[in-house]
Amino acid sequence: MTEKANNPPTVGLFVTCAVDLLRPSVGFACVKLLEAAGCQVVVPPQSCCGQVAYNNGLSEEARQLARAVITAFAKVDYIVAPSGSCASMLKNHYPQLFRDDDNCAEVAHFAARVYELTQFLADILQIPPISSLATNAKNIAYHDSCAGLRELGIYQQPRKLALSYRNAALSDIADGNVCCGFGGTFCAKFEGIANKMVADKAANIIAAKPDLLLGGDLACLLHLGGYLHRQGHHQLEVRHIAEFLADVTDQAGIGREQ
Amino acid sequence: MKSTASHFIARSQEAIANPVLQAAMAKARPGFVRKRLDAIAQVGNFDALRTKAQEVRQRSLRDLDIYLAIFERRVTAAGGHVHWAATTEELRTIVVDIATKAGAKTATKGKSMVAEEAGLNEALEQVGILPRETDLGEYILQLAKEPPSHIVAPALHKTRKQVSDLFYAHHPLGSRPLASVKDIVDEARQVIRQHYLDADIGITGANILIADTGTAVLCTNEGNGDLTASLPRTHIITTSIDKVVASWEDASAILRVLARSATGQSITTYTSFYSPRRPQDLDGAEHFHIVLLDNGRSALLGSEFEEMLQCIKCGACMNHCPVYQAVGGHSYDSVYPGPMGAVLTPLLRGEPEDFQLANASTLCGRCEEVCPVKIPLPTLLRQLRRKTVAEGRRGLAYWLIQGFMQLANYPRLYRCSTSALTTVVATLFSKNGQLRRLPALGAWLRGKDLSAPEGKTFQQQWRQQPGRRNDR
Repeated sequence: MTEKANNPPTVGLFVTCAVDLLRPSVGFACVKLLEAAGCQVVVPPQSCCGQVAYNNGLSEEARQLARAVITAFAKVDYIVAPSGSCASMLKNHYPQLFRDDDNCAEVAHFAARVYELTQFLADILQIPPISSLATNAKNIAYHDSCAGLRELGIYQQPRKLALSYRNAALSDIADGNVCCGFGGTFCAKFEGIANKMVADKAANIIAAKPDLLLGGDLACLLHLGGYLHRQGHHQLEVRHIAEFLADVTDQAGIGREQ
Repeated sequence: MKSTASHFIARSQEAIANPVLQAAMAKARPGFVRKRLDAIAQVGNFDALRTKAQEVRQRSLRDLDIYLAIFERRVTAAGGHVHWAATTEELRTIVVDIATKAGAKTATKGKSMVAEEAGLNEALEQVGILPRETDLGEYILQLAKEPPSHIVAPALHKTRKQVSDLFYAHHPLGSRPLASVKDIVDEARQVIRQHYLDADIGITGANILIADTGTAVLCTNEGNGDLTASLPRTHIITTSIDKVVASWEDASAILRVLARSATGQSITTYTSFYSPRRPQDLDGAEHFHIVLLDNGRSALLGSEFEEMLQCIKCGACMNHCPVYQAVGGHSYDSVYPGPMGAVLTPLLRGEPEDFQLANASTLCGRCEEVCPVKIPLPTLLRQLRRKTVAEGRRGLAYWLIQGFMQLANYPRLYRCSTSALTTVVATLFSKNGQLRRLPALGAWLRGKDLSAPEGKTFQQQWRQQPGRRNDR
């Protein structure tokens, strides 16, 4: 971090539709983390990244929305999203959507400034721990979401942050790089397959015996946490990593009663 | 048993509920993944080998017509015959014609996915020629009257007990035991050995065709390919036009990644190179035929789907696909299952139901990560979904997403309506702060608990906090 204190970077928070609508506390946890690291946080008007359209064959609709996002975030230094999936949509797939367009340079300039939250905190800000609070959790497992893992290469960053912020033990989930079965509209269209996949994933998580499951994508966590809770694993707390890092835990864990 | 259900979702549900199938899949899965990892760890930079193989495949496809013409000229000059089959029907006719002229009563067959694609066994049976599979997996499935469920391990879905039951039912066993895997393999070997000696023609597939020398390359682990190819007087190779490469150097680039990706071997036990028999050769078939199937492949050249033709049929994508691993190969109702099949089946067969296969993926990207020729499978699946929508096949999901997108394009309207919605859902539909049922999310919520929305949306709360900014 080389920026001077009197010239803090402006971060446009792309909060993602899932966080915006279902779990705003994750968004405020992001704000707390970014501000603690000296960033000026702004929230341009936004709705959705368009991935649901892009992945379901509605490219023109996705392009229309992408143009609005690029314009809304034109003036910020960085665009940060608490989701590997949405961040990769903005960073990797927007350039694909506009690769034959005249404005592809503008899209590339936008995409170059996009980061997933843990990537931004660990790689760009390289901030020291902001909290010395001890967690009650003895054993933490981290769920790697597919887009973050494979499209953005996020693996070390959340682990490094979790360990440096809180003195906690991290255990590996067997087959950790296998999809949990969420897959956006996939889990509604192919409910039976999605449930089989989440059951396999849940079995591997339970085998790691964590008391706290963290992840970087709310959608996967809703899928996983919802399944784990229904299966009666009420002692296992599921949270977005932003909540954990920022110590924003006034909301019940994901899948639990509020 | 192969499902008779009419569409992918119904077949996959049967597969998930089938404990025998699930046990067989669970047993096979970790081996494929671990062996591949071990094999690629032994070569310093496997990614560089993948890039090289990808370049070879791309170059081959760019000048496919030239390489095919050279290949045909070389084979013909050496005394062999090259036949062109535009459709699977043409392939069946060509092979039946050769076999009939040879006066064949029985044929041995090595594993050929192109022969499976063309339904060659049924065509031979119809004219009174008995096809006998020699690949152990294919032989088991012939007894079971089932299609393959995997392109490399066709009987992957069978348990050892099911195989020994088949042998008990079909073999005159006498006192021969079937207690161990070795017993089963020995039993199959005894029976199949006689089939080699009886066969009038031998039919194999090919993994690679080398234009420079008119050579067909076949990779096997059982040695059945060589006995099928060289014992009968006539050898017929059924393969597809996309398999040709320029040179032996190019073929090596493919061989370096093929077995490592498929079975975690550095190279298959047998890598055979077939060309027409020369006068000085001590053995080999007298008549050498190669039947090259198109069946929709040439139409993919130059299209947005050309990269699919790079496929070298290693099966790594299905070995690593969580959907294939959950539902097994038969759910795809195609010779080509898994991610490569989800792209290839709609393109080659193109029945309306096939386009559902492209949706049956979370786009998790593991297939692309392990593909030895770097086919961007998730991208191709997305392109197929786009094609489906463009061609007007639009279901309920399309209209729901379309509606959401229209709303999402008006930020203020979106904010107002979503904050109203989340407030309503949070207060009305939740019981103890948790949702168990919700219209539109009904399917997903089955088997899961969803925490109710917190109430006000993030954007609504942000705007209500003093000093918060929407732009710099």
